[in-house]
Amino acid sequence: MDKIFRVNMTDLTTKIEEVPAAWAGLGGRGLTSTIVAAEVPPTCHALSADNKLVFAPGLLTGTPAANSGRLSAGAKSPLTGGIKESNAGGTAAQMLAKLGIKALIIEGAPKTGAWYNLAVGVNGVTISEEKELLGLGNFAVIDAVEARLGKKTGVLTIGPAGELKMTAANISVKDPDSKIRSHGRGGLGAVMGSKQIKFISIDGEGAPGVKIADPEKFKGAAKVFAKALLDHPVSGEGLPTYGTNVLVNILNEAGGLPTKNFTVGQFEGHDKISGETMHDTIAARGGKVKHGCHAGCIIQCSQVYNDKDGKYVTSGFEYETIWGLGADCCIDNLDDIARADNLMDDIGIDSIETAVMFGVAMEAGILNWGDSKEMLRLLTEEIAKGTALGRVLGGGAGSVGRTYGVTRVPVVKNQGIPAYDPRSVKGIGITYATSTMGADHTSGYTIATNILNVGGYVDPLKKDGQVELSRNLQIATAAVDSTGMCIFVAFPALDIPECLPALIDMINARFGIALTGDDVTNLGKHILKLERDFNQKAGLTSVHDRLPDFFKTEPVAPHNAVWDFTDAEIDEFWNF
Amino acid sequence: MKITLKLFATFRNGRFKVAEQELPEGTDVRQVVLGLGLTEEEIGIVMLNGRHGELDSTLSHGDTLSLFPLVGGG
Ligand code: SF4
Repeated sequence: MDKIFRVNMTDLTTKIEEVPAAWAGLGGRGLTSTIVAAEVPPTCHALSADNKLVFAPGLLTGTPAANSGRLSAGAKSPLTGGIKESNAGGTAAQMLAKLGIKALIIEGAPKTGAWYNLAVGVNGVTISEEKELLGLGNFAVIDAVEARLGKKTGVLTIGPAGELKMTAANISVKDPDSKIRSHGRGGLGAVMGSKQIKFISIDGEGAPGVKIADPEKFKGAAKVFAKALLDHPVSGEGLPTYGTNVLVNILNEAGGLPTKNFTVGQFEGHDKISGETMHDTIAARGGKVKHGCHAGCIIQCSQVYNDKDGKYVTSGFEYETIWGLGADCCIDNLDDIARADNLMDDIGIDSIETAVMFGVAMEAGILNWGDSKEMLRLLTEEIAKGTALGRVLGGGAGSVGRTYGVTRVPVVKNQGIPAYDPRSVKGIGITYATSTMGADHTSGYTIATNILNVGGYVDPLKKDGQVELSRNLQIATAAVDSTGMCIFVAFPALDIPECLPALIDMINARFGIALTGDDVTNLGKHILKLERDFNQKAGLTSVHDRLPDFFKTEPVAPHNAVWDFTDAEIDEFWNF
Repeated sequence: MKITLKLFATFRNGRFKVAEQELPEGTDVRQVVLGLGLTEEEIGIVMLNGRHGELDSTLSHGDTLSLFPLVGGG
């Protein structure tokens, strides 16, 4: 039977608990948000002992289901002040699921200045004082933990940014190549830092594995599901070949590629940072064009990017990072962007928040537009070292805007707005405004339907249908985020009729239950409402479901589009 | 009439990134697609002057036509 592992950092004790009945049917985001809502006072300081950091694998994680190895991390966010769930690949989710750990809850905070590591294994969690690895970057931590505990050890770690409790700090997860995937958004690395935990190791030895109630039925459904993933042109061919970065050219053509801190919708240097150029560069330098962030990923949108000499620079090199450091900062040097991506992984800082932040920092005059060398210096010399300037930058886009008196600050609920201009792709603007997570494209990815013609088509430049589109996608995403599935399964799920039923059949076969499509939709609705309720109690109300004013007053070229939704139209979102 | 034709992702293989094309008046997107040796099914996104177009859209002098296979996601 699955268990809850609970760690109290105030009195340095650990417990193994039965799973309460109310949590039994939950996993991933559904579970982390339920636990945070039940146990964290919404008004607490996110970096205080009252906050809790929760990790939960999804409902299907640890099974042979394709693309099911994502881990959810949840807490009250120090960046947004609201609830947060951030999910990531890597090896940890499957290891935790196979150990029978439904959730790992970390609460309290040490009373002294001592730092610790947690060792998770089949018999529970051990807390040990940690001295040696303090101050190190994430790559060095992973190497050291493997040297200490063995190559197979799973690792969750924070870099200097998390230790310094920067609100853009992330939590890194070791991937199958001992590199890094991240619980990127919302400053969860700072929450782990506030608990004074440098890393969590996971030992899979003796893991009982995941029991499937009806193996035959599971096998059949898993086959149909995998076939749908491979048959769909986006998940079967587009993502593996070009990664997510193929979007640079598409958004540039559509006039929705935010450029120069969201002042224009197209970037002159787009071709140099595009997915097509990146693909050819990777192939020519002997990198890997496709690569999975966890075992069992059959889409493989990730890649390994090498330098001119064929040496590893970075992997999991995403469109949002490349857009942010590229177009939004007017940098057209993909090698420098790749180096920055690697540095952000090592420092342990969210690559979306940090990219948006650099656009604001350039507007503030901290560095010049397009100055990639100074950007690299600020990362290594200021942020990684925690200088006063580094801490301002490490606080994200909102922090820099406030400190330097910038008014064009693209954030919602203080979280940086990613890679799609909400004026020219209006559906995503509704998602940014209403998401319980702060500005987050993944929580209701209307780009699929606004731009990519997946799941139908809704004209990105008109208001019609956007609220409904975003609502349906946010509900579906909240449910998918609970299964441990990578969100890219949404592409086939939107277009191929057998895909979603197969996903539900796998859940049913895993647990011996009989969920219907409606049950899954209701789960998504329930999660969103639960998260919103937490946010409201934390002081984030509909007044915070708004985009910054400049989107209303500054038309963006080439379509000269403005953000023209009324408050009442946005608030319609919650009408379900 | 003259249009600018831009190709993306796999459509570039063995073809080009961007080219000026001289076309008879009244040519539609479908004719351009077939002229490239592509099939209708292969087309993911048609963009005409930065807005979504259709295979039936008729082209005019000075248009920019961009063709993408079904790719993407971020
Ligand atoms: S498609 Fe990409 S993000 Fe999704 S599981 Fe695979 S590598 Fe990870």
